[in-house]
Amino acid sequence: MLRTPLYQFHVDHGAKMVDFAGWEMPLVYMRDGAGGITEEHLQVRRSGGLFDVSHMGRFRVSGRHSVRLLERVCTRKIRDMKPQACRYSLVCNERGGVHDDVIVMRIDEDDFIVVVNASNREKLLGHFRGVISAESLVVKLDDTTMSTAMVAVQGPKVMEMVSKFSREIPTLKRYTFAVKNLLVVKLYVSRTGYTGEDGVEVILPAAMMGMAMKMLLKDVDTRDPNALVKPAGLGARDTLRLEAGMPLYGHELNEETSALASGLDFAIALDKEPDESGRSFIGAEALRKERDSGGPARKLVGMKVDSKRSARQGMAIWSGGKQAGVVTSGAPSPTLGVPIAMGYVDRALAAPGGKVEIDTGKGERLAAEIVPLPFYKAPAPAK
Amino acid sequence: MASPSDRVYSESHEWHLVSGDVLTLGLTRYAVDTLTDITYVQMKPAGFKFSAGQAIGEVESVKTTSDIYCACAGEVVEVNAALASDPGLLNSDPFGKGWLCKIKVSDTSGLKSCKPAAEYDKAHPAG
Repeated sequence: MLRTPLYQFHVDHGAKMVDFAGWEMPLVYMRDGAGGITEEHLQVRRSGGLFDVSHMGRFRVSGRHSVRLLERVCTRKIRDMKPQACRYSLVCNERGGVHDDVIVMRIDEDDFIVVVNASNREKLLGHFRGVISAESLVVKLDDTTMSTAMVAVQGPKVMEMVSKFSREIPTLKRYTFAVKNLLVVKLYVSRTGYTGEDGVEVILPAAMMGMAMKMLLKDVDTRDPNALVKPAGLGARDTLRLEAGMPLYGHELNEETSALASGLDFAIALDKEPDESGRSFIGAEALRKERDSGGPARKLVGMKVDSKRSARQGMAIWSGGKQAGVVTSGAPSPTLGVPIAMGYVDRALAAPGGKVEIDTGKGERLAAEIVPLPFYKAPAPAK
Repeated sequence: MASPSDRVYSESHEWHLVSGDVLTLGLTRYAVDTLTDITYVQMKPAGFKFSAGQAIGEVESVKTTSDIYCACAGEVVEVNAALASDPGLLNSDPFGKGWLCKIKVSDTSGLKSCKPAAEYDKAHPAG
């Protein structure tokens, strides 16, 4: 199994390690029976958490056809990105289903980092290579996942901590990044995340991880119960993103479900101008056709469950005596104190306020209400 | 931390502690650590009769929902009421205060498939 440069850090902090897409990753940190996913979750909501996200794939895309490649594979516009901008995008298949959701970071005119899901890294590499070869593009595609590392530091007090070593980073706008030079290497620090909180994500050379952690966690003792920032695992990452209404590949997104059904319209530029050979992004044709014929049959919604029982991925959603959808993610919400879920339901039922039932598969139906996403929105940062 | 040697352990990670004709059932430390923070426990009520291998309850954690089984056939005689208000007892004290239910066993032959503590711990080292 693959290990990140922070493996020893995890073990030293009492992590329970699990296999995630071939990587040995921390699920949750437990010390003497104390700690847990809920506590890590609330720590991120109230102060700050540090996540090792080195397992995520990082591709460096450079060369004179970089923009052409990314315009072809990404549903989002790439050409108008300014240097130091980050953009969330989907990567679709020809049928309009989703290969992956990614963050594109523009370093320079013809130089990008694309951050992809760990479980989709090989698939996307193959996909990108296929497009490069089929369209004879001049692009250098490097998988830098193993030579680099990535951490996310998330929470309302994170910027205060970052301001101790950088004046620039706290001034970054959301979805932009700064390049910091540390001795001879570069760190890419972006104001992005997957928790619904303010914070940063840092990409750096794997060998520099130890030094970077010292800089990042200056004056922070991560083992102190009252620390400003404490390590948080994949378990909390999942409940945080669910409360923030953010999709997770393999749950809300997959090869079969139309990108339009996900409600991520902001990330799907159906009006993207055709490239030199008259083509838009891969999947655009199928998605336009779907839009023009009335749109997807089902839509992604949020649900609050009126029970102590949680809805879970795969449970059927019922309405009016027939199955009307399926749950894609569900968990007890640590912040709201009730079970929450996301799922796809028939379009006619997708409006907030609608009542549905969720079949646990164990002879029980849970009453649920359709609610707007996100479930939780961080309060605006105090200035 | 070693599992207590006064009881036996099933493949599905329940411990079975027999005292007279009453069996107390619970989840192992390994199981609750794998489930993570337990948020809700729903056991079949007292009076529920079941056969070996039949699900007699469910445990919900932040991460997942898992069925509970007993290696023997029997009847539920008492459910741990403390878990209703404090399901976290399962995480903090799985072998003690976090017990799930007491069962009047009608056929103990299922216990033969269970393992002693040392053997269970060897197969499932605490992470």
